[in-house]
Order: sequence, then C-alpha cells, then structure tokens
Amino acid sequence: MEIFLNYLFAFLVGGILCVIAQILIDKTKLTPARILVAYVCAGVFLTAIGLYEPLVKLASTGATVPLTGFGYAIANGVREAVDQKGIIGALTGGLTATSGGITLALILGFIASLIVSGKPKR
Amino acid sequence: MNKENYNIYISRRAKKSPFLKNCCFAFLFGGSICALGRIFLDIYLYIGMEQKDASSLVSMTIIFIAFLLTAFGVFDNIAKIAGGGTLVPITGFANSVVSAAIDSKSEGYVLGVGAKIFSIAGPVILYGITSGTIYGIIYYFWTLLR
Repeated sequence: MEIFLNYLFAFLVGGILCVIAQILIDKTKLTPARILVAYVCAGVFLTAIGLYEPLVKLASTGATVPLTGFGYAIANGVREAVDQKGIIGALTGGLTATSGGITLALILGFIASLIVSGKPKR
Repeated sequence: MNKENYNIYISRRAKKSPFLKNCCFAFLFGGSICALGRIFLDIYLYIGMEQKDASSLVSMTIIFIAFLLTAFGVFDNIAKIAGGGTLVPITGFANSVVSAAIDSKSEGYVLGVGAKIFSIAGPVILYGITSGTIYGIIYYFWTLLR
C-alpha cells in the first residue's frame, strides 16, 4: 500500500506541476524558455522559505524531476556549502550540487551534434 | 475591413487550442515521467545507493532517455502531444540542450554548437545560480544573527 502511495504522489505532484506550465503556455504569451527560468527560480525560492522540502518528502521524484527540483538542488547545495565553508559557499554550492546533470546534458548534446545529422528547420 | 473587425475575423478563424485536452495530456505525461523516475529511484536505493546520490542519478537517467529520444528524432513528436508534460520535467532541459546542439551543427563547433547549446540551458543556469547565490548570502547573514 505504501509503495502504491509513493508512486501515486509522485505522479500527482509531477502531473500538477506540468499542468501549471501547460496553463501558462496556453493562457499567457510566456515562451517555454521563460517558463523554465520561472520554474527554476520558483524552486530556489520555495526551498529557501522551507515550502519545497515537505513536497519532496511527500512526492520524492514528483518534486525533484520537474525543473523546480533543479532549483531545489541549487538552494540545498548552497545552504550546505554555506554551513560548511561560510560565505564562499554561496558561490560554490549551487553549481556543485547540479554539476552532474548539467555536465551530462552538455556532453550528451555535444555527442548528439557529432553523430546526428541536423535536419533543416521546417 | 478595419482593424477591429479583422481581429474578430482572425480569432474566429484561428484554430481553437484544445485547452482541456492539453492540460490532461500534460498531466498524464508529466506524472508518468515522475512516476518512472520513482521506479529508478527505488532501484538505485535497492542496490544500496545513498538517497542524495540516487536522486541525482535519477535526473541523469531521465536526461539520458531524453537524449536518446531527441537524437532519434522522436522527442518532438511526443512533446507536441505532451506540451508542458515533457517541458517541465528535466526532459525539457535535456531536450533543449541536445536539440540546440544538433540544429546549430551547420554553424560550426565553436560559435555554433558551443554557443547555441546554451540558448535555453544558459538562462536556466544563470537565473538558477543567481537566485541561489542571493539565497546563500541571505542565509549566511541569517545564521550570523542567530
């Protein structure tokens, strides 16, 4: 039962975060890039004021996989780094916590540019 | 035909975006991607990884899947239906990087791929770490005051 609830909450919370973006796409003139930026900043802000951690506890990947989770990782990394190293942590913590995902995406992007022939834009 | 009439005419002719259907698909696809992430998380925890490492490996796994789908040209077809459902999960971030790299290949590897790969990832990283740094500074002085 508990396993089922884990998956249900991951599905529900992740789905709701995506529906909010879909509403923004359909009802406002925000471009996808702006929505992604807004999501990351919202993730940092909600983590900073302590509202995102309970959501991660409840939904795990439902809260960490959406891009707000990227902001959550940045804010958490910054806080841990400040705790350990002081003010310098404010500069180093964010990228350290997210370096894995960023590096992997960039390297895969580069590999894709090597092996996939670009299609002309329609 | 004056401007007002023209706008009315256009809005009547414009294809109505099926708002409710879009939201349902965004919910289903987005929720499924997150539930899939949860499956990976349980696997990684089961083989004895720490929660934090397992969580970031889940993101990497999904980035890798998005890379495969983008490289094989399937991602756009899914994204057309899913909308926000594939944009908001880390798949949207990965797709923006990989597709930008593929599309800018013809412009060369330094100012083409090297620069354009950041066209969407750049703003995301910039504003993410900027707000993170602001939070870090505030948090630092907050801990001093306590």
